[in-house]
Amino acid sequence: MNKLWLIIKREYLVRVKKKSFIITTLLTPLGIGLLVVLSAYLTAKGGQASKKVLVKDDSGVFSEAKIESKLYTYDFSKDPLEKLKEDYKIQTYDLLVYIPPFEDLTKTKHSVEYYSQEKLSIATIESIETKIGSAFKEYKITQSGIDRNIYDSFRMDIDLENGAAGKEEMAEGKSSSEDTSTKLSILIGTLLGGLMGFIMYMVIFIYGSMVMRSVMEEKINRIVEVIISSVKPTQLMLGKVLGVGGVGLTQLAMWLILIPMVIMGTGLLVGGGIDPAQIQEMSNQANVNAEELNKFEFGNVLRELGNMNWGLIIPVFILFFFGGYFIYSSLFAAVGSAMGDDMGEGQQLMLPIMLPVILGFIMLQGTLQNPNGGMAVFGSLFPLTSPIIMPSRLAFDPPLWQVGLSIILLVLSCWFFAWLAGRIYRVGILMYGKKITFKELGKWIMYKG
Amino acid sequence: MSILSLRNVTKQYSNHTAVDRISFEVEKQKIFGLLGPNGAGKTSLIRIITSITGADSGEVYIDGERLNSLHPHVIGYMPEERGLYKKMKVGEQLLYLSQLKGLSTSEAKSKIKFWLEKFDIKDWWGKKIEELSKGMQQKIQFIATVVHEPKLIILDEPFSGLDPINTNLIKSEIKELREKGMSIIFSTHRMEQVEEICEDIVLINNGKNILEGTVNDIKESFKENKYRIDFDGPAPDLGDYRIVNKSKNSATIQLRPTEDANELIRYAVRTGAHIRGFNELLPSLNEIFIKKVEGRFENTNA
Repeated sequence: MNKLWLIIKREYLVRVKKKSFIITTLLTPLGIGLLVVLSAYLTAKGGQASKKVLVKDDSGVFSEAKIESKLYTYDFSKDPLEKLKEDYKIQTYDLLVYIPPFEDLTKTKHSVEYYSQEKLSIATIESIETKIGSAFKEYKITQSGIDRNIYDSFRMDIDLENGAAGKEEMAEGKSSSEDTSTKLSILIGTLLGGLMGFIMYMVIFIYGSMVMRSVMEEKINRIVEVIISSVKPTQLMLGKVLGVGGVGLTQLAMWLILIPMVIMGTGLLVGGGIDPAQIQEMSNQANVNAEELNKFEFGNVLRELGNMNWGLIIPVFILFFFGGYFIYSSLFAAVGSAMGDDMGEGQQLMLPIMLPVILGFIMLQGTLQNPNGGMAVFGSLFPLTSPIIMPSRLAFDPPLWQVGLSIILLVLSCWFFAWLAGRIYRVGILMYGKKITFKELGKWIMYKG
Repeated sequence: MSILSLRNVTKQYSNHTAVDRISFEVEKQKIFGLLGPNGAGKTSLIRIITSITGADSGEVYIDGERLNSLHPHVIGYMPEERGLYKKMKVGEQLLYLSQLKGLSTSEAKSKIKFWLEKFDIKDWWGKKIEELSKGMQQKIQFIATVVHEPKLIILDEPFSGLDPINTNLIKSEIKELREKGMSIIFSTHRMEQVEEICEDIVLINNGKNILEGTVNDIKESFKENKYRIDFDGPAPDLGDYRIVNKSKNSATIQLRPTEDANELIRYAVRTGAHIRGFNELLPSLNEIFIKKVEGRFENTNA
């Protein structure tokens, strides 16, 4: 049997069979799912506890208005304010709101007072302000005698859209019933790009350092000399990189299946408890109008996702996934081989590897804001950042020559860094008790076989 | 034909020559001692033989063939600093290591079973290495070294850290493997073990080969014509003979080149002493080792 295959198989199985692997693979989606659903649930419910509000309305505006609110109960009283200040507590109201008389219709500001035993949250204050404010607006409209329809027609929303993309879609006869689809596509592209860039960043760190630890472990418990008396050091390194890569792929694949399942599952379970009216209320409070919200309907998002150039995105992402992982895990393997049992001493060796990864992660944000800008182009071509930056640009249809050039540079770098790492690795794993400097590493690269 | 032959093998590291034009032969079915003080170049030399590193110059032949990529399969190597994958089970571990040596799964399984039974540790197959004591782990390491039935076994300080019982076990296994036709290179600086086990030795120091031959020949060539007479009662008067050491019941005499051992014993008997023993004193390998190594130091310093 091929030895490389044996090594890959061992590296893979030994990790996949570990309890910790099984637990993290299964529990992470559960954790993420719970987090997503819980945070949605909490913002919908827990963040906005229902309140009983007692109002003394001397203006008569609010008490006459039609109030729709699920979270807040408004009751009105004509009793004197001083008496109410005592009564609202006894009558188990959360707060008392006093609206002074309002006469001058030209006034655009009106001070309203509240009394409460506890400090009110900004959300609560804003919610009540909005409610009273809209009541006053309605009042002013009615009083001024302006035609409701004319008033409504004053509102203007401007949509700045990509003309070329819109026309293209028209020409292809795609249903672009919503003229907002391209803006949505930018949003989805940004999210998708950010997600892919972030996955790459995580993959490099999690699985790269897994390779490093594994190399160190073999060196420290001295099995490595037995192994390399049977196989070449580079074979062992390669087998390790590929084996751990397989572990990463397995874990990501599992998460890709499990996370949506968990989110949907828990969503259904908990979702029943969320009242659509509450979401409506929240969106009202956030000043998002319903029309805007509708653009983000599931159907539209799906259609936009369908319009993405998946034929390019998926294979290129996979290519950069492997390339990025391969480059960095080789480097991590080299660092692991140079480290002794003293992890602290080796930290300085990790710095040159961490720097480009972190740089890439910082560039990711700039890239998403300006996906075809100079920094994005540089970042997606430079092989140490391209595994993070290039995938994040894919949703924005980067020029094909850039994708091609980036892939060529990536492949060449894979070869180069594997060679470089191999040179360091074969010396490092047999070197004990020496303080390793960069100068030393340079010497190792030059050693003869 | 010899199982291993080295010709002018040299290995240079950036600041020193670890192996300096070393040549020697290891005959088949012999237990061969590769001796030398710490830092003499033993491990560097072994790493060349096991293809872990390459020689800068010189040639290595295994069983008459120039060292090539297939040879790791016919060599079993147990390094001085040896370890195992702590989290792996005994069976899996041995299976992996023997497959890396080119055995098929079924072959490997049956051979591992044979060895586990031989060491009476059949039920260890499913145990994790970290559950075993150090001595137990060493048994597993020994099995891993020999399971693929290599032609040449290289053991670097195999007894370091072993208790006397396991030492004896490994010793008798080494002898048994030799009977089966394997050749064993035994690298150490513990001379008493060499004297007991090895037939041929090579002594290296500072990367150079400074002494080689059979243990008996070497001892013969280093003997100093010393004899010890053991007696009861009063010490005999040995006249002109040069007594180099004397105790209550024995005397050590160094013969001059003109003198003869037979003459000495006749002379001693004639004195009327009650003689209980008469032995030639051969130098121990330890003495030779120290003498050669220190002598070499003097030479190089001069």
